[in-house]
Amino acid sequence: MHGHSTFEPKNGVVKWLEARLPILSFMHGSFVAYPTPKNLNYWWTFGAILSFMLIAQIVTGVVLTMHYTPESTLAFGSVEKIMRDVNWGWMLRYAHSNGASMFFFAVYIHIFRGIYYGSYKAPREVLWILGVIIFLLMMATGFMGYVLPWGQMSFWGATVITNLFSAIPFVGDEITVWLWGGYSVDNPTLNRFFALHYLLPFIIVAVVGLHVWALHVCGQNNPDGVEIKDIAKDTVPFTPHATMKDSLGIVFFLLLYCWFIFYVPNYLGDADNYIPANPMKTPPHIVPEWYFLPFYAILRSIPDKLMGVIAMFAAIAVLAFLPWLDTSKVRSAKYRPIYKIFFWIFVVCAVGLGYLGAMPPEGGFVLASRILAVAYFAFFLIVLPLLGLFEKTKPVPASIADAVLAKHGSASSVAASAASAPQTKG
Amino acid sequence: MAFTKKIGIAAAALLGAVAFSNLTLRAQEGGAHESPNPTRQTWSFSGPFGTFDRAQLQRGFKVYKEVCSNCHELHIPIRTLGQPGGPGFTEDQVKTLAATYTVHDGPNLQGEMFDRPGRPADFFPAPFPNPEAAAASLGAAPPDMSLLAKSIKFERGFPAFVFDALPIPGGMYQEVGPDLIYAILNGYTKEDDPNWNLYFPGHKIAMGKPLAAGQVDYTDGTPTTLEQYSKDVAAFLYWAAEPSLEQRKRIGARVMIFLLVLAGLLYFTKKKIWADVAH
Ligand code: HEC
Ligand code: HEM
Repeated sequence: MHGHSTFEPKNGVVKWLEARLPILSFMHGSFVAYPTPKNLNYWWTFGAILSFMLIAQIVTGVVLTMHYTPESTLAFGSVEKIMRDVNWGWMLRYAHSNGASMFFFAVYIHIFRGIYYGSYKAPREVLWILGVIIFLLMMATGFMGYVLPWGQMSFWGATVITNLFSAIPFVGDEITVWLWGGYSVDNPTLNRFFALHYLLPFIIVAVVGLHVWALHVCGQNNPDGVEIKDIAKDTVPFTPHATMKDSLGIVFFLLLYCWFIFYVPNYLGDADNYIPANPMKTPPHIVPEWYFLPFYAILRSIPDKLMGVIAMFAAIAVLAFLPWLDTSKVRSAKYRPIYKIFFWIFVVCAVGLGYLGAMPPEGGFVLASRILAVAYFAFFLIVLPLLGLFEKTKPVPASIADAVLAKHGSASSVAASAASAPQTKG
Repeated sequence: MAFTKKIGIAAAALLGAVAFSNLTLRAQEGGAHESPNPTRQTWSFSGPFGTFDRAQLQRGFKVYKEVCSNCHELHIPIRTLGQPGGPGFTEDQVKTLAATYTVHDGPNLQGEMFDRPGRPADFFPAPFPNPEAAAASLGAAPPDMSLLAKSIKFERGFPAFVFDALPIPGGMYQEVGPDLIYAILNGYTKEDDPNWNLYFPGHKIAMGKPLAAGQVDYTDGTPTTLEQYSKDVAAFLYWAAEPSLEQRKRIGARVMIFLLVLAGLLYFTKKKIWADVAH
């Protein structure tokens, strides 16, 4: 937001710079004086956690690149050399591969947070859509990164996923050959995936920049979903309040991340990827990384290849339309009793789809993934539009200050208002 | 609360549906193809503070050298045997050992290939010129052993796989590979069929029973049983696949302690900063 900066340069050099490029007052306005709602909970620290993870991936990735060889006969060996002979190489590699998982774990929580508290609603539609774009770019980056060590799962995962493009009518096969740079996944594919894997994270940095810009124009949403009315009463300055809380969130997240790096580093990976890629030998189960599994389950739940591919991409694209699919005027699930239930059902469906994505596509698993895939889309396309029209919401506090007061002020008045609020039936 | 209850019911119903379909599938699948899951062995290197047992790694290396290396390649440099966190051979021992191998090298200045005694920096020589030649003589190509202990697995199933990641008693299960190697070496349970293995996927294995009691001499008085050999060689192969394990866990403990202290300090700082703000 403009005009939050109380930055007054005293030092001559700083004044000189400010007159030419006011970057310091910009930083000050964005990360020091910036007003943050006082009622934010720890789910709001995931933005900072994600920024941290993006930087961690870039730093570990750049150093890995110094030792990695993007050539199909050498790639696997170069990763093993990193693991065995490069000083701290095992730590870099485990930090990068588990970092990708942690990054996705954080982004899923961040997205669910947004869905729970209605953070996509006006005026934050563009902010939300930028988030969906970041998510897509992350998926592309993660997918191509997984191909780089050139193990069995790298190779066969790349083969399965790039083959999906052949479902496109008429030009599908040409597109697939063009993507591969040949007639199968091979050295040219590895080369281009490496180039893109290096490039995309920096595009993500740029889109994150836009994402934060949009955030600072609209201001943060908050657990009560009411806009800031009075900066003095509703907010606290970003520094030290949010900075300190975010730091604490990051350190707790780091404990989890480091548990994976140092104690169970191969838990999230597939054992098959420690076998060098062999185009002549298909592994019994080709399973993508865990963070793609819900979408993979949707893909496989539909027998027709083209329809499956469309459904899979639609499952991601539908997120971008969320601001218009949700017809409710109330943002936060805190004041939407029925929505809250559906939200949790949705979470269970998404996690269930993830589990099914890892199972072989046979028998009961197929039926279960069909049911859950239908439930996934029904949440967006049926529940959300209708709920806004029929749901009886609870009274929303007039301001953040009021919400905080209700929480801390008189406990009895909160209980009374909760009891008098319209309850849901059935 | 009413919501929580409903959410609970809904979640339970969904999980129930999934579990049911899971069970029906298992029932359809059941029967002859299933292999039992290997039992979890105790390893010195498991758990957050686990380290390798040097003597065990040295015995395991002996088993590898005298038995497995006849068919399986071990694509790691010989010098690794002397690295910290490994079997703990001395520099001289490694040099002497390396010299016992013959390495095909070249071309020299005359453009010719030649044989010379091995050096610590050389890789253990492969027993076959290539996997095709190995497959032709053995029926299937024996996998390279440098990553074998990390590249084979068996499914743990739900919910066991969740606990395998957690820092709880019975959790942090990272030794699926060595357990499976141990199980396969002990899994030749059909007297009349040396290529039938209880734990190998599909049961038909091209590797005939490679180890039997008394086959390898142990000089330290350790019993020369099949169980002991299999455990020792599986431990050795896990080290070969994950030579940084000891360093990793040691650094990990320091990192965790540092982060816990930092978290405590940040927690109280944050509390102080927010003390006069109702939120
Ligand atoms: C006579 C040659 C020979 C010897 C000696 C031998 N192996 Fe094998 N091994 C093979 C072959 C061939 C295969 C491939 C089996 C297949 O694919 O059916 C194999 C496969 C294996 C597997 C299964 C890998 C998988 O993909 O699941 C393990 C484990 C194994 N060997 C361990 C050992 C150990 C440990 C030793 C030493 C004690 C050893 N082998 C000695 C030939 C041998
Ligand atoms: C959005 C951020 C990023 C994500 C999500 C990501 C993800 C991944 C993944 C999943 C792997 C496979 C890891 C494995 O299984 O071994 C990988 C490997 C790799 N990545 Fe990244 N990456 C990111 C950023 C970067 C950047 C910025 C670079 C380089 C500048 C980079 C360079 C590499 C290299 C060289 C490898 C191969 C080495 C290896 O497999 O460990 N990555 N990446």
